[in-house]
Amino acid sequence: MSRAIIRVSSNARKGEVLTVKTLIEHKMESGFRYTSKGERVPRDIITTFVAMWDEEEIWRADLSSAIAANPFVAFTTVATNTGTLRVTWSGDNGFQVSEEMRITVT
Amino acid sequence: MSAKPTRRGLLRSVAAATAALGMPISIATRPTPISAAPADMRAAIKRITGGAEPKFGRVKLGIPPLSENGNTVPITVTVESPMTAQDHVKAIHVVNEKNPQPHVISAWLGPRAGQAMLQTRARLSDTQTIIAIAQLSDGSFWMDSTSVIVTLGACLEEPI
Repeated sequence: MSRAIIRVSSNARKGEVLTVKTLIEHKMESGFRYTSKGERVPRDIITTFVAMWDEEEIWRADLSSAIAANPFVAFTTVATNTGTLRVTWSGDNGFQVSEEMRITVT
Repeated sequence: MSAKPTRRGLLRSVAAATAALGMPISIATRPTPISAAPADMRAAIKRITGGAEPKFGRVKLGIPPLSENGNTVPITVTVESPMTAQDHVKAIHVVNEKNPQPHVISAWLGPRAGQAMLQTRARLSDTQTIIAIAQLSDGSFWMDSTSVIVTLGACLEEPI
């Protein structure tokens, strides 16, 4: 299982713009490398990143092979209500990992 | 300008003379017109914009001008926008010139984001130009481009 990290303030004022930083452990094998025998190493990357605030999708990204190993993605969101920020990474070979964090909005 | 030649004045006249000769000069690479991009990069931009020509401005693409390690190059894109329901950024795309594939990342956002910002780390195979394109809610496309020098490209690793 890949380790995933979300870094964001757990307390926010209503209407505040929060910066969310996320990191996940993944090799992001590009599919453009070859073994010493000349065989192409098959692609194994994260292709989709989705951030949800409770049931609402707030931010989404499509990733390509050009994203570095252990993908780092940072984005912003408005603190609307106390809720759970859930980030899901999915990709090749059925990869899917989620991480969530409770954010108290006052 | 004073009669005495200054270093700045001299550099300017050399740059102007070089440009007049049609020679490429590295400090003049920004902004890079899309027409100068390779075919697959232009095709990737066309897929994003549907053929519309993005205008320079509003978008700010931040990448260190020199990266020793092409395996992890920090990229920050910000777009000037009030991010209201009427006027916001719908998508931010990043494309590259020389990797095996032109696409880097596409993000979809809306007024809920509060700001139009995207940060990630890319892999770059070579010294090249990177373009960031923003799609606004009014349907317009804006862009920024920057050149980055990569000392050790991401694809030059030993075979595994």
